[in-house]
Amino acid sequence: MVDLTTQTLEVETARSRRPYRQMAARFMRHRLAVVGAVVLILMALIVIAAPWFLPYRYDQQDFTILGVPTPPSAEHWLGTDELGRDALTRLVYGGRVSLGVGLLGAIISTLVGTAIGSVAGFYRGIWDMLLMRFTDVMLSIPTLPLVLLLSTLFRPSPGLLIVIVGGLIWMGTARLVRSQFLALREREYVEAARALGAAGPRLILRHILPNALGPITVAATLAVGTSIMLESGLSFLGFGILPPVPTWGNILNSASGWLSIAPWLAIPPGLCIFFTVLAVNFVGEGLRDAMEPRG
Amino acid sequence: MSLSFLIRRLLGAIPLLFGISLVLFTIIHLAPGGPLDVYADNPSVSAEALDQIRARYGLDDPVPIQYVKWLSAMVVGDWGLSIRTGRPVLDEIVLRLGPTLLLGGISMALAFCLALPLGVISAARRGSRLDEAVTLGAFAGISLPVFWSALLLQLIFSIWLGWLPSAGMKSVGDGSLSDRLLHLIMPVTVLSLATIASWSRYIRSGMIDVLGQDYIRTAYAKGRRETAVIALHALRNAMIPAVTVIAIDFVTIISGAVITETVFAWPGIGRLFIESMNGRDYPMLMGLMMMGSVGVVLANIIADLAYAALDPRIRHG
Repeated sequence: MVDLTTQTLEVETARSRRPYRQMAARFMRHRLAVVGAVVLILMALIVIAAPWFLPYRYDQQDFTILGVPTPPSAEHWLGTDELGRDALTRLVYGGRVSLGVGLLGAIISTLVGTAIGSVAGFYRGIWDMLLMRFTDVMLSIPTLPLVLLLSTLFRPSPGLLIVIVGGLIWMGTARLVRSQFLALREREYVEAARALGAAGPRLILRHILPNALGPITVAATLAVGTSIMLESGLSFLGFGILPPVPTWGNILNSASGWLSIAPWLAIPPGLCIFFTVLAVNFVGEGLRDAMEPRG
Repeated sequence: MSLSFLIRRLLGAIPLLFGISLVLFTIIHLAPGGPLDVYADNPSVSAEALDQIRARYGLDDPVPIQYVKWLSAMVVGDWGLSIRTGRPVLDEIVLRLGPTLLLGGISMALAFCLALPLGVISAARRGSRLDEAVTLGAFAGISLPVFWSALLLQLIFSIWLGWLPSAGMKSVGDGSLSDRLLHLIMPVTVLSLATIASWSRYIRSGMIDVLGQDYIRTAYAKGRRETAVIALHALRNAMIPAVTVIAIDFVTIISGAVITETVFAWPGIGRLFIESMNGRDYPMLMGLMMMGSVGVVLANIIADLAYAALDPRIRHG
């Protein structure tokens, strides 16, 4: 008995290693996806390491230049804002918040979407009906206005905001996971596991979910971009994460008031959002090609 | 496409609309504070006056009763009074609908006219330089934050070059056609840019699926030229996946081009939403959210009808 399990384990690992290597190879062939991944990793490293190499704090004010923004100079590479704060420092710290919201929002959205989709697709019947109608309801309510409404009603802390963002973008993932489950639950290996006595949660978590991980990973990656975009839009309108905590969105919000005399404040945060979301989308596309090879 | 198909779809939307109203109503009533919070710091509003307002707006009823009252009023078109202006919500919304329809309509029409050829050509020349360029452009367009592209356009064309007015629908004391058109250029560009990017992707992938099918090879085999094959045989079927996206995007723009309208001070629905947010105008916000959601539901039904018109298998299946 013991021998048998070790043997099957060995066979399993030997078999599963190859597909992963193939996947990695297919991903590496996708040039833009690789560039995107490198850009994201660099950005993450920079915003994590920020406190060690930046000479200013994000809310540190230089009172001698208070009142109007100053242009880029040797001390302040990207200039300062109207409160005498270093723009580069705020940009990097803003990246911390924006990337953090993006990542955590995507994780929440993926967990919620996967849970709802797998229960609906696995149990079908009344659960499927209720959960999918709820998904339809959430899909019908325009997202940005709803986020705005929630943020004005609840005045959320950054933590709650992440939950709100993640709680409003899971619907696509739920539908995707459900369709995966509907297809996978009829497979012979699932039937075999069922015949051996596996039921409910074990079937879902051990047997079906691992085989749906490819599309879920792609959806999760794209959700990072969606969360970043949603949070930036919200903060840009002045309702998301509030100053003095910087995010790329609220930096742009305050920069928009100085657009005519200090355009250098408005360009970097937008570029950061643009390149981050672009990189995320390229990585998502690369993962899609790598995990769901079609033709 | 039969009448019963249409009726069945419309009836099917009723539980959905019910669910939407329930979700929105719950959200507003879970919120701390309340619609009368705006008066809390106002010394000239006495406690008695506050009670009177509360009674007048029905805010002292139990929550389920408030919901039933609100829903039955909503159905007959009585959307309540705006707390901010004191005028009927529906009147205020109708007032703002014109500018938004103008902006959204032109943007969507332009987006469709550009996305269609881009998507089709890049599918027909899949893997070519052109396809790569279109794909790259589409990714860039999808990843570009609208608030930033709006600011950049203002910076370049209003502040630096001085060619275009930076905000509003028309100049004070002007209002000629050319003046209005000049005001439209930047908001339309911003709104259509992202839309072109996403639609061209959907049309491209729809086209690629269709072009690989047997009946297309048959069409070539009987001697059709490529343009005819694409325009007469492939296009109809290739449009099907894009139809829902187009319908829903259109409604989303109508119900909340919030960012674009805010940056360009466009007096439409999106700006009304932000103004109502600042005034904590709950009846107005509820009305706007409801209208937006109903719009999405209707867009889905229209998309289904369009499917049926485009694909006989759905019509008769």
